[in-house]
Amino acid sequence: MSHRAAWWRGAAALAAVALVLGACSSSKKKVATTGGTTGGATNAAGIKIGFFGSLTGPNSPQLGINERDGVKLAVDQHNKKSGATQVSLVEYDSQGDPAQAPQLAQKAVSDKVVAIVGPAFSGESKVADPIFEQAGIPNVTASATNATLQTHGFKYFHRGLANDDAQAPADAKFLVKKLNAKKIAVIDDASDYGKGLADGVRKALSGLGATAVVGATAESIDPKAQDFSSTVNKINAAKPDAIFYGGYYADSGRLLKQLRDAGVKVPFESGDGSEDQKIVDVGGQATEGAYLTCACADPTTDPKAASFVTGYKSAFNGNPAIYSAEAYDVANFILAAVESGATTGAAINTYLNTNSYTGITKTLKFDSTGEVTGGSIYEYQVKSQKVTQLGVVDQLVGG
Amino acid sequence: MDHLVHQFWSSTIDGLTVGSIYALVALGYTLVYGVLKLINFAHSEIFMIGTFAALFTLHGLNVTGPQTGLALVGVLLLCLAAAMAASSGAAVILERVAYRPLRKRGASRLAALISAIGASFFLREVFGIRYGRDLIAFPRVMAKSSLFRIGDGNVRNDKLLVVVAALVLMVVLDRFVARTRLGRGIRATAQDPETAVLMGVNIDRVVLLTFLLGGAAAGAAATMFGVFFEVTQNIIGFVLGIKAFTAAVLGGIGNLRGALLGGLTLGLIENYGASIWGSQWKDVIAFTVLVGVLLLRPTGLLGEALTRERA
Repeated sequence: MSHRAAWWRGAAALAAVALVLGACSSSKKKVATTGGTTGGATNAAGIKIGFFGSLTGPNSPQLGINERDGVKLAVDQHNKKSGATQVSLVEYDSQGDPAQAPQLAQKAVSDKVVAIVGPAFSGESKVADPIFEQAGIPNVTASATNATLQTHGFKYFHRGLANDDAQAPADAKFLVKKLNAKKIAVIDDASDYGKGLADGVRKALSGLGATAVVGATAESIDPKAQDFSSTVNKINAAKPDAIFYGGYYADSGRLLKQLRDAGVKVPFESGDGSEDQKIVDVGGQATEGAYLTCACADPTTDPKAASFVTGYKSAFNGNPAIYSAEAYDVANFILAAVESGATTGAAINTYLNTNSYTGITKTLKFDSTGEVTGGSIYEYQVKSQKVTQLGVVDQLVGG
Repeated sequence: MDHLVHQFWSSTIDGLTVGSIYALVALGYTLVYGVLKLINFAHSEIFMIGTFAALFTLHGLNVTGPQTGLALVGVLLLCLAAAMAASSGAAVILERVAYRPLRKRGASRLAALISAIGASFFLREVFGIRYGRDLIAFPRVMAKSSLFRIGDGNVRNDKLLVVVAALVLMVVLDRFVARTRLGRGIRATAQDPETAVLMGVNIDRVVLLTFLLGGAAAGAAATMFGVFFEVTQNIIGFVLGIKAFTAAVLGGIGNLRGALLGGLTLGLIENYGASIWGSQWKDVIAFTVLVGVLLLRPTGLLGEALTRERA
């Protein structure tokens, strides 16, 4: 038996190793550079700006790719202007994994990038932002919306869209005032982003005279697993008027499918993490009618953004998707700083703090904490299997 | 507790459904462990390959919407056959490539374990690179409809199919190991490999058969999984593999009936626990129970031996 006991100890230790390895199985770093190839004589040294986000990870790489393409378009357009300081774009593929973010952020620091667009996700921002702060690299996220990201007095942090402190109340308001829901099930994925957004909705509900009948304090699904039946059963038993889910599209798509299959027919709303056409790929017919909110506008319906849309289409063979336009604006703001003669992190940071930039989604102007002033929350709905913009939430609920 | 009372039957039905899938996957872990005393960590990828085989079969048959009647039976059987063939084929190749060379050279079991982990990464990454890392949706094969109700629970056709198919396969496998000549070879090898060789058992064939059977069960689980959850991904086997391994240990690793009992128990504990404390506690509860059971019964609920299986 002692032989077997020793074997078991070894096996247990290895099992633990396997789990750890499994968690970072996808830890390939991919650093690719683009741009800076045309008319290289202008500035041989070149200036490097970084994009930090998920490009290949299992967790919503689409968000990262949309943004990267927006940034890439901005950089390529910039480099083509005559006499422009050539800028090259360095990509940091975090795979949306906070565990990989610190070393990747260090890599950006040692690469001497002068500004970062990103990080794309809230979880990775939490660990990467302090590193950028210390190194004095201005970082402007185009999609990380967790409200607590800016509570440390960071000087180099900027956010090019309204945060979850604005999104959550808008989500709650839409459910209660527009859909007349009084009993609401609030579910999340236990991520920094999803839980933060869901907590914001929970808080806002009581002020609107509604209650969270499921997940009053917490009810989280495990996005890595497939079976959400315990959550579905809870919702089925509580018979809410509506459901709110804080999390990403791959999981909201599956949750919706399991909910609708279980006969739960009430309206479903989720935040910007789910506002992606891919929710339909995963959830199919079950996603029909689902409401999705985002601090981002759909550029394809905005005449002001027409030239951006055409440029994006011809460069990447597809319509700009969620956060492409925000990332494009943010990158252009940084490029405007470069154009003004700012070539160091500190100079770009000063430029970002003291100037404003009118982009295709909004006018970017940062307050003293680095948050954008006056961003709107937009409501979307899946109609005929297409994510369609309904309008600004405040206008939809009537004030 | 109030929640548990209100959701008792729905939790039971879902627990049994997911538990059946755990049990089928657990079979693979338990069979290989019983014979080789090896934890085949690549088994989760064998399962993943099965889900892809089922998906490609559906694509090949051009199934885009729910089927009914004979067409449904035909599609399901074809998927089942494809997934079982792909999974058992992959398991057999895995044994030939990753384990047999080590075994022949008398390498330690830890070396085989590392080889298993390596194979697991290899397969997962190859599928990730080839088919992307996003979830891939299955077309809906059968319309999901309620058959009858028990209390607050809704017995749906797909859930019933999963449970019944799993039970039938378990019984067939159990009878195969207990009654047939080949099954006797498996039991003899599990009990004492050296003596089995002396008695004329072809160990290589037994090991191959073991991987084949475990793979077939994983393929069946993959088909059920595809019908029930309707998604797959390169990492789909990871969490499920851990759960199934847990189920195997809970029931008594190396014990076929233990795999069934462990799978169903784990599924039920998860769902009951989640209904009382919230879904975020699911894994905490399940693993607390596992540790508790192992403290009282170190060899699992039914004990370890494939050998002591009643013939």
